[in-house]
Amino acid sequence: MIFLFVHCTSYIVHSIMKTTMLKRITNSPLWQLILANARELLREPAVLFWGIGFPILMSLGLGVAFTKKKDVTVTVAVIGRNHLVHAPSDSVSIIQTFLMKNKAVLKAGNDGSLSRELTVPDEKLGGTTYIFRDMSWKKAMVMLKRGNLNLVMDEAQGRIQYHFDPMNPDAQLTYLKFSKLMKDPELIIRPSEAEIRPLDVTGTRYIDFLVPGLICMGVMMSCMWGVSYDIIEKRSKKLLRRMIATPMKRSNFLVALITVRMAMNFVESGLLFLFAWLVFHITIQGSVPALVLFFISGNIAFAGLAVFLSCNTAKTEIGNGLINLVSMPMMVLSGIFFSYHNFPGWIIPVIQKFPLTMMADGVRSIFIEGAGFSEIMMPTLIMLVIGMMFFTAGLKLFKWH
Amino acid sequence: MNRGAIIEVKNVYKSFKSVHAVRGINLEILPSQFIALLGPNGAGKTTMVEMIEGIQKPDSGEILIMGKPWKGNEKEFRKIMGLSLQETRFIDKLRVFETLRLFASFFSLGAERCEEVMTLVGLEEKRQAYVVNLSGGQRQRLALGVALLNKPKILLLDEPTTGLDPQARREVWMILKKLKDASSTSMILTTHYMEEAEQLCDYIVIMDHGTILKEGTLPELLGKSSADMEKKEEYTGPPRNLDELFIELTGRHLHE
Ligand SMILES: Nc1ncnc2c1ncn2[C@@H]1O[C@H](COP(=O)(O)OP(=O)(O)O)[C@@H](O)[C@H]1O
Ligand SMILES: [Mg+2]
Repeated sequence: MIFLFVHCTSYIVHSIMKTTMLKRITNSPLWQLILANARELLREPAVLFWGIGFPILMSLGLGVAFTKKKDVTVTVAVIGRNHLVHAPSDSVSIIQTFLMKNKAVLKAGNDGSLSRELTVPDEKLGGTTYIFRDMSWKKAMVMLKRGNLNLVMDEAQGRIQYHFDPMNPDAQLTYLKFSKLMKDPELIIRPSEAEIRPLDVTGTRYIDFLVPGLICMGVMMSCMWGVSYDIIEKRSKKLLRRMIATPMKRSNFLVALITVRMAMNFVESGLLFLFAWLVFHITIQGSVPALVLFFISGNIAFAGLAVFLSCNTAKTEIGNGLINLVSMPMMVLSGIFFSYHNFPGWIIPVIQKFPLTMMADGVRSIFIEGAGFSEIMMPTLIMLVIGMMFFTAGLKLFKWH
Repeated sequence: MNRGAIIEVKNVYKSFKSVHAVRGINLEILPSQFIALLGPNGAGKTTMVEMIEGIQKPDSGEILIMGKPWKGNEKEFRKIMGLSLQETRFIDKLRVFETLRLFASFFSLGAERCEEVMTLVGLEEKRQAYVVNLSGGQRQRLALGVALLNKPKILLLDEPTTGLDPQARREVWMILKKLKDASSTSMILTTHYMEEAEQLCDYIVIMDHGTILKEGTLPELLGKSSADMEKKEEYTGPPRNLDELFIELTGRHLHE
């Protein structure tokens, strides 16, 4: 699609090129540098995959994984006599009666052990499948420790006793669900009624949180690899040295590189949004012009940082290390996939000063909370200043050969 | 000092930490003169031409282009110079014509000049080829084409034919010979091929270990040398070519 777009534009540009005005533009160093960078970028299939395909796949994978109600399977240990198969009628246990009555399916495992399975469907919370297994107390404890089961039942004097770790929320949940089921077996065929209303209003789902984060992460990665790595590679190929041995303006080189990268980021983010809009019905609640402005300032912040990182080395290995050193902590800490509010309180103010955090928080506030210009004014300014500072420092220290 | 010289190199030194790459070199290049810097690897040829190109700075000594130093005249010098570095790799996924267009734009030149240069270096058929798919010889001709875009007054070529097969080398020579016939360009070329220096250049400077061992026109070099050598016992007559001269000067082969 982008190819098509570029071809069309270049066709149009060529057809009107007879005008001297346009000729002057197409002959200008900045335009030629922009063209060269754009061609280099679009002719590299890996770039298209990592820039466009990968974020979309990630949003699809994570979005589906965290949006769909999960069906769970829990194993319940039943201690003591054989409760699962028909026993002499004089000693029928409560558990056995319950399982028979509700037609729990008898199954034989590979090792010859028997189990009964009972599935309780639930449209809203996700279904639960209970697997009941006879075992000794000792074996049950081993399995409990290994995390293979979290509820143990036994029966004494006509009463069921439940054993589980009250500190384990999963165990508690299994207990609550199952004991409720014992009291009201009807629930199996008449699943939970209208009293539960799952909250899936746009803006509150995981995918609503995720997509703005992915967009920002994409911008960061694209600047790091696209700008930093590109500069370092050209330096190591002695291409920078060759270029400055002409009357080329040094600033034009960097401006072209950053311009093309930013345009690419717009396309990448746009496509990711388009995808999320079509598949997950994501919307932008706040101001779109504010989003565009904010997006540009975020791009500038990362482009500046990228120039700074790449200003001095001609070794791609060092560049690799520097890029990872800077981007990894941000990817983990900046709350792209999960809220950073789960981190200890003392570190949160630090995290909030990372450019990626700033950008992700800002983009999210526009997407989800409906923020506009006034809310993002400060972070916009801060990111612009960050970008300019790093860019200026990088240019000062920049080694052309 | 020669008032007509287009490039003057006066007592230039350059070291990298403990390596003395260039140790007191003096040179003068006249307008439309073709000079070869001939020497084995590590002789200091690249360091010397890159200092003339303004890419590296001498530790001491002076380099003047048309009587003026680099400092303060960079803009002017860049416009009249064409060069090819010892190893430049252009952008892999850019086509030959696009690469020329890019570099032409730095000199405010348009597509027409690129067409001319493409013909000059014989790459018309490779016009749409990606740089990455060019052969070694084609790449060198592209580098030469880029160097010639601005019709440079001063052309500096660092080992333009190293690694090429004889056929590809001869193609580069043909281009340079044509340029010499037009006689509007001065050239410094570094090489470790005797034949290249003999074929293309009016004046040959033999370098080793950062110094000039001997310089002159080809007849001068071969002639003078014979006079020196007459004192030696095993003298077997004047050196017939540069190869023999080099062995006499240093006791080793140029290609080692
Ligand atoms: N940037 C550099 N850093 C350290 N040593 C260098 C550098 N450039 C050249 N040298 C050294 O200077 C000497 C001359 O190198 P060079 O000018 O490349 O020789 P030539 O081009 O004749 O092969 C060599 O010993 C080389 O190792
Ligand atoms: Mg060299």
